[in-house]
Amino acid sequence: MTPFTTLDGLVAPLDRANVDTDAIIPKQYLKSIKRSGFGPTLFDEWRYMDVGAPGQDHSKRPLNPAFVLNQPRYQGASIMLVRENFGCGSSREHAPWAIEDYGFRAIIGTTYADIFYNNCFKNGLLPIRLPQSEVEQLFLQCAGTPGYRLRIDLENQTVIRPDGHAIRFDVEAFRKYCLLNGFDDIGLTLRQADKIRDFEARRRIEQPWLFA
Amino acid sequence: MAQTLYDKLWSSHVVHTEDDGTALLYIDRHLVHEVTSPQAFEGLRLAGRKPWRVGSIVATADHNVPTDGSELGLADPTSRAQVETLDDNIRTFGALAYFPFRDKRQGIVHVIGPENGATLPGMTVVCGDSHTSTHGAFGCLAHGIGTSEVEHVLATQCLLQKKSKSMLIRVEGELGKGVSAKDIALYFIGRIGTAGGTGYAIEFGGSAIRALSMEGRMTLCNMAIEGGARAGMVAVDDTTIEYLRGRAFSPRGEQWDRAVEYWRTLKSDDGAQHDRVVDIDARQIQPQVTWGTSPEMVTDVRGQVPAPEDFADPVQREGVARALQYMGLTPRTPIEQIRIDKVFIGSCTNSRIEDLRAAARVVEGRRVADNVKLALVVPGSGLVKAQAEAEGLDKVFRAAGFEWREPGCSMCLAMNADRLEPGERCASTSNRNFEGRQGAGGRTHLVSPQMAAAAAIAGRFADVREVV
Repeated sequence: MTPFTTLDGLVAPLDRANVDTDAIIPKQYLKSIKRSGFGPTLFDEWRYMDVGAPGQDHSKRPLNPAFVLNQPRYQGASIMLVRENFGCGSSREHAPWAIEDYGFRAIIGTTYADIFYNNCFKNGLLPIRLPQSEVEQLFLQCAGTPGYRLRIDLENQTVIRPDGHAIRFDVEAFRKYCLLNGFDDIGLTLRQADKIRDFEARRRIEQPWLFA
Repeated sequence: MAQTLYDKLWSSHVVHTEDDGTALLYIDRHLVHEVTSPQAFEGLRLAGRKPWRVGSIVATADHNVPTDGSELGLADPTSRAQVETLDDNIRTFGALAYFPFRDKRQGIVHVIGPENGATLPGMTVVCGDSHTSTHGAFGCLAHGIGTSEVEHVLATQCLLQKKSKSMLIRVEGELGKGVSAKDIALYFIGRIGTAGGTGYAIEFGGSAIRALSMEGRMTLCNMAIEGGARAGMVAVDDTTIEYLRGRAFSPRGEQWDRAVEYWRTLKSDDGAQHDRVVDIDARQIQPQVTWGTSPEMVTDVRGQVPAPEDFADPVQREGVARALQYMGLTPRTPIEQIRIDKVFIGSCTNSRIEDLRAAARVVEGRRVADNVKLALVVPGSGLVKAQAEAEGLDKVFRAAGFEWREPGCSMCLAMNADRLEPGERCASTSNRNFEGRQGAGGRTHLVSPQMAAAAAIAGRFADVREVV
């Protein structure tokens, strides 16, 4: 996993609540057995005028000019500004894969669905939770400022606006540690292999029916 | 100290805790399907790792499989590649049980786990599917995980987790005639919102929950995730134990007795504190119908479509306006005047035998309305299908004009050929009414099996209490 330390990036606003994982990446693309290549079909049904299919050349499809990510001012964005309950719905990790593959490295919003939130950290994508009032301000500033950028500093847990205002965010210490270092969870967990074996051996005695 | 059911399930699985409270949780049962597992097995292979305990794995192909019983099998090459990849992975690595495409016990992963006794009280159960919350009906800690976590569980038999807060949804009283577990589910989501359960594990309790069958409890726990909670659960009681007796993977003999003794402790202690309690009077719950593009956009069958101006919050108002536009609905339209094009009875929410019986009772001796282009019944598994056929339910549905299909996820998420065309409106017993969920441009209204059956007959939404 790519480590995440600091990010200075262009912001794209997605101003709607309850954005679900079916909207982030529609089902037809879940048939892939790969982890990569989902970026061109991120927000597929909002982004294009036609109905897409796997294996298509997405660069030739008609874009929906009204969709925010298609506007010239947001090309190259690496920070997505979102509303509450972002990523609700299914557990498909294809959602953060698509967001990351598109070029985003961080998401800023108020709340995220639990499974989606968790999945982001496994893919070097930082979902930041800020108070409603701060998010509201960011939406206003972003709309009013072409080329609006933010700086994110994970070590110091701050989002810094162009006017210098720094907003502190919370992130669990263990997730932060993994993200800063780009650690693979599995490697870390396997350091506890003896504890897992001991636990399992005890369980085998106490609840043998689980091991039949 | 008095413990909640969630406290008990959590503490009995903690292997190790980090300084910030992140715990390593031992996983007893790992359910695997074709869509969210290929990248995880690939990851294992690339790292030169092996599954920690293949005896924990129960696998099936469900999301992609065709339901029309065609001799062509998996005609779509990408679907076929995914299902064959699962075949290969299970052949290479192993499993406790595998129910491949066309096996007589194949079916939706959340139907086959319980019906084979592979989901047992006190277990931690995970699957790369958000509706894994279903298994909490058995007094399990069960929730969906992403593909990286699937790989993590394969490699380590553990999951990194922080403990959630606990919410009790207490439903007291008797449900009215024609009101089912699905209506409780939609009703509570309407009450707390789709983000209401975020950060919580939900326990469903109260006399109305104790009166539910295991099928009903599964329907309810299945929808916990639509209320934002990764896990839903119900305490173990006689209903749980009787359901499990004699199932394929249930313990037997002396082990059964020992297991039952332990299972009976799996309930919240008297005086246990939940972080949030939501009280619901069962008698207030009417048959529910969703009108929007989020499960929280729901009302009574006797209600009407709301108007954006009914909502104070500007973001919500905008969301409602967008939903009504997508759904092609005008504010103040009575729900019972909304005409439908298709009906889908199936999914991990409502495809079990009791669901099919309830729908068949409404359908019996009647005909699907002329304006309904397609009415599908997709049993949750091969075993459910066989049981339904033994009871003659297939004949009831077919005689009424329904199609009787092979098991799978089908039109719940439209990864196979079963889907809505743009603009089509569907009465569906599934769990999500998101834009495009049942096919690009399709319009989904979530209802119970009884209500879907009533809608099929009327050609529009109808109060099932007037039909039966």
